[in-house]
Amino acid sequence: MKQILINGKPQEIEEGASLLVLLLNNGQPTQRHSVSGANRCGICGMGICFECRVTVDGKVVRACQTGCHEGMEVWTDAR
Amino acid sequence: MDVLVIGAGIVGAACAQELASAGLSVGIVEKSEPAFGATAAGMGHILVLDDSEAQIRLTAYSRDLWHGLAPSYRTEFRTTGTLWVAANEQEMGAIEGRRDFYRKYGVDAEVVGQDQLYQLEPALAPGLAGGMRIPSDAVLYPPTATTELLDRAFRSGATYLRSEIKSIGAHLVELVNGETMETTHVVLAAGADATKLFPSLPIRKRKGHLAITDRLPRPLIRHQLIETGYLQSAHGSDDASVAFNLQPRSTGQLLIGSSRQFESSREVELPIVERMLAQAVSYVPALRDCLITRIWTGFRAATPDGLPLIGPHSGIPGLILATGHEGLGISTSLATAKLVRQHITGTKAEIDPAPYLPDRLFPAT
Repeated sequence: MKQILINGKPQEIEEGASLLVLLLNNGQPTQRHSVSGANRCGICGMGICFECRVTVDGKVVRACQTGCHEGMEVWTDAR
Repeated sequence: MDVLVIGAGIVGAACAQELASAGLSVGIVEKSEPAFGATAAGMGHILVLDDSEAQIRLTAYSRDLWHGLAPSYRTEFRTTGTLWVAANEQEMGAIEGRRDFYRKYGVDAEVVGQDQLYQLEPALAPGLAGGMRIPSDAVLYPPTATTELLDRAFRSGATYLRSEIKSIGAHLVELVNGETMETTHVVLAAGADATKLFPSLPIRKRKGHLAITDRLPRPLIRHQLIETGYLQSAHGSDDASVAFNLQPRSTGQLLIGSSRQFESSREVELPIVERMLAQAVSYVPALRDCLITRIWTGFRAATPDGLPLIGPHSGIPGLILATGHEGLGISTSLATAKLVRQHITGTKAEIDPAPYLPDRLFPAT
């Protein structure tokens, strides 16, 4: 089974699956926090709201527009 | 009622605060939400601008008022200074004259040589000539600044009503539901929408685009950066123009501007955004790797001579205009409020109100 790392923890994936869906299904309903500390999560699921930003392999991306790939390193709470 | 202020953008809020604290009974009428129009769309750059004698007097006066007020406000007010960036020797040639003009009006200004430019802002692209630094210019967050001004107005007894206005007559305001309100004075602070009530006002909607990045891990720039060609963009022809204007927000985000076009559709226009961002990247190449999370538009209320309309409307008794600030409404809101107060109570403002009187641009009707 293929794996990625989410906040340092291994997670089994299906190659190409939506990263946002994976996070929502695996106990990461909140992907980040606003300036004032409020919870933020993907709202639109189609790349418009930018609320599901996460860091993948050192780069900030939208989780909803990102497919899972073997060995990816994901950190939530992007700024 | 002594005064009805129409519009709860930053200019209306400043007027309401000034007049209510002077002991007048003040009502505010707003058609949607406070700080909903150009106030929410704008950058919140508090600057002194030198494009005319009247403009530098108004902006310098207002900036001083902001420095007096802001420390007690929750407005993200930060004295970042402005760095006007000269791209080449030709632009650099005009800098000393501009500095002398600022100093003539008591505004601190420094010529910045090429080496110093890169010491101040290492992220600037190589090959630029230098610039001018205005150290006391500042940045704030306009929606919360507006809320602060409104809160102070309410504490001084001002009241608030959400309604559209149908018409303004002599000492009278008619709401859309047909109700009328009697008042000694009306202050029309409705921005570009003032022309909905008075189509003959010499105001055109001048659309602008802005883009904002996510919070950067470390600050890229310290000053608000503007290209010296900005004034050409601001005063140029009727064609769409863009100019490099980059602001560091206290949140760590960068606000990227600017564009100007006479256009009334609210849509974001990608060809304009593309030009605006290309211009920004040409001055700060690292912007290429920044993530933009929002792009929006807003409408400046532009007058033919670039100065606001502050003072009595000679056709309608009791009506005071406070609009036409184009891109300087947030900067000049507090000085505008002092001038409006002078027209209503006679309390002298620190500058001569004459250059801003509406009558200069349109005859009495």
